[in-house]
Amino acid sequence: MIDFFGDYTLRVVALGSGILGAVAGALGSFAYLRRQSLVGDALSHAALPGIAIAFLLTGGKAPLPIMMGAALAGWVATLAVRLVVRRSRVPYDSALGMSLAVFFGFGLVLLTFIQKRPDAAQAGLDSFLFGQAASLLREDVVAMSILGAACLILLAVLWKEFKLLSFDTEFGESLGRPMRRLDGLFTLLLVVAVVIGLRTVGVVLMSAMVVAPAAAARQLTNRLAPMVVIAAAIGVFSGVSGAILSSIIPHLPTGPTIVLVLSTVVVVSLVFAPRRGLLWRWIRLGRLQPSAALDPVLMHLYALSQQHPDEPDHGHPMAVLRTMSPVGADIERVLVDLQARGLIEAVGEGLWAPTPIGRREAERNIDRADELRS
Amino acid sequence: MIDDRRFALEVEDLTVAYSDQPVLWDIDLVVPAGDKMAIIGPNGAGKSTLIKAAMGLVPAVAGEVRVFGRPFAKGRGEIAYVPQRSGLEWDFPTDVLDVVTMGTYGSLGWFRRPGLVERERARAALDEVTMGAFERRPIAQLSGGQQQRVLLARALVQEAPILMLDEPFQGVDAPTERAIVAVLDRLSNEGKTVIVVHHDLQTVPEYFDSVLLLNVRAIESGPVADVFTEENLRLTFGGRVGVLAQLAAAETDR
Repeated sequence: MIDFFGDYTLRVVALGSGILGAVAGALGSFAYLRRQSLVGDALSHAALPGIAIAFLLTGGKAPLPIMMGAALAGWVATLAVRLVVRRSRVPYDSALGMSLAVFFGFGLVLLTFIQKRPDAAQAGLDSFLFGQAASLLREDVVAMSILGAACLILLAVLWKEFKLLSFDTEFGESLGRPMRRLDGLFTLLLVVAVVIGLRTVGVVLMSAMVVAPAAAARQLTNRLAPMVVIAAAIGVFSGVSGAILSSIIPHLPTGPTIVLVLSTVVVVSLVFAPRRGLLWRWIRLGRLQPSAALDPVLMHLYALSQQHPDEPDHGHPMAVLRTMSPVGADIERVLVDLQARGLIEAVGEGLWAPTPIGRREAERNIDRADELRS
Repeated sequence: MIDDRRFALEVEDLTVAYSDQPVLWDIDLVVPAGDKMAIIGPNGAGKSTLIKAAMGLVPAVAGEVRVFGRPFAKGRGEIAYVPQRSGLEWDFPTDVLDVVTMGTYGSLGWFRRPGLVERERARAALDEVTMGAFERRPIAQLSGGQQQRVLLARALVQEAPILMLDEPFQGVDAPTERAIVAVLDRLSNEGKTVIVVHHDLQTVPEYFDSVLLLNVRAIESGPVADVFTEENLRLTFGGRVGVLAQLAAAETDR
């Protein structure tokens, strides 16, 4: 075990990663609830050309111009998306994907161009792709803390406005609140969060920092404030523990390690979260609902047979069952399977009817479904 | 302009288009104060768009809206809006009381948070729509009818003299429909103006005093007794059989 409080570099790196986690987690919750998770992705990828241009203009990697360049490029990318959506029939998510690809591609071209130049200063510029937390300096962390604190304070002050924006923009507008300006401000805050993460996780992995804590936190609570706090906490935990892990284990890059820790938290919460988790649902519903969900074909056949109550052996063609089922469902295999279990029988060429056992099974399924609903 | 409170809402020459396709064409509408009006028309007639455009929620190509004789920008605070239930994200992490409290945000302004007073107002509104017992229920766990009552309560909290509701009876259960009708009647009796986008022709004479028949253009508007005629309905709905059958059923009910 290494001495966390004695190791200056580790302390700086862990602090920087923690700040990033808190800000990205809190803001990401709102992005997630607004179904704007892709925006974080587009913003961070779009930052790359801004970084390259800032480097070309200043000839160095001073934090402030690089951050400004990244923020400006991200901002321009969102404006481009808005313009495309307003002026064309391209849907929002496609416009986001396009701007992501165009900006990121342009950034890579610039990056390659810079790296071909006989210029020692460019060394390490590619660390903005995947981050290089180990190179964080005290000044970087100070800048990150100031920006991060500004974001979180704004979020707290405009809490109810951002809640309106996320839940019911139209209603907010009807109250006379300036929803479009708030939307712009929120995008700006996301840009700042991305800028905070540039040095730590880099532009490619940044979107995970925005989306993942929110997705995990949503599993764990049904209220907004706890969700934002939990998301921020998950962000801090992942940031700090990723930083520590990567310093304990040699050659482990910090950014990707943080994202891996984060992904583990997400998977655990998706599976084990009370009420919303997969495991909980499986335990709660698994015992009660299996056959109704598994044997829709049986249920259809039962429903058809109910139309001929006096004629239990009345056969129904497979084509009818096919039209009642989802496109591409393997009806033949299901029929054979049901027949093997004694639930249905063939009563003619391509005609099927439920057996008495099958009818009882179908009725039990209906009772269970009723029980579940009550 | 003088302060004229005779007319709650005046819409003049309102035209709305989505990508060059006119959705509303040159709408003129006057809603007297205290009126209880239904907006009726076939699918795609622009019913929801009309109230959204009147509230400035969708951009209008042309037209003017006045609220109690004043320009809309000055009168918007006098209108409470109930959006269509289906347009909202109900898997949002919040509870019933919190949603209803949002109705107070307009009067709170920037930076102030809702406190005890606001929550008490929200509780009173919830009681009125018989949802008082559900105030801590996550909204993800509400039925459609309960969702609709929550949205109505949120608008009641605004205590506005005009209410605009977008399809409040769409897909709700009978108790919810009765609760909404009771609230609308109460508001109307207190002199408030109620404008409802409505889809059920049969209940128009029972629930409303006046009606606007809309099909991209305003076909006719006025008191139900004068305007809600078979002839006007045929003009609005293009004489489709189902509609006329519904109307016939409504006639025999009365």
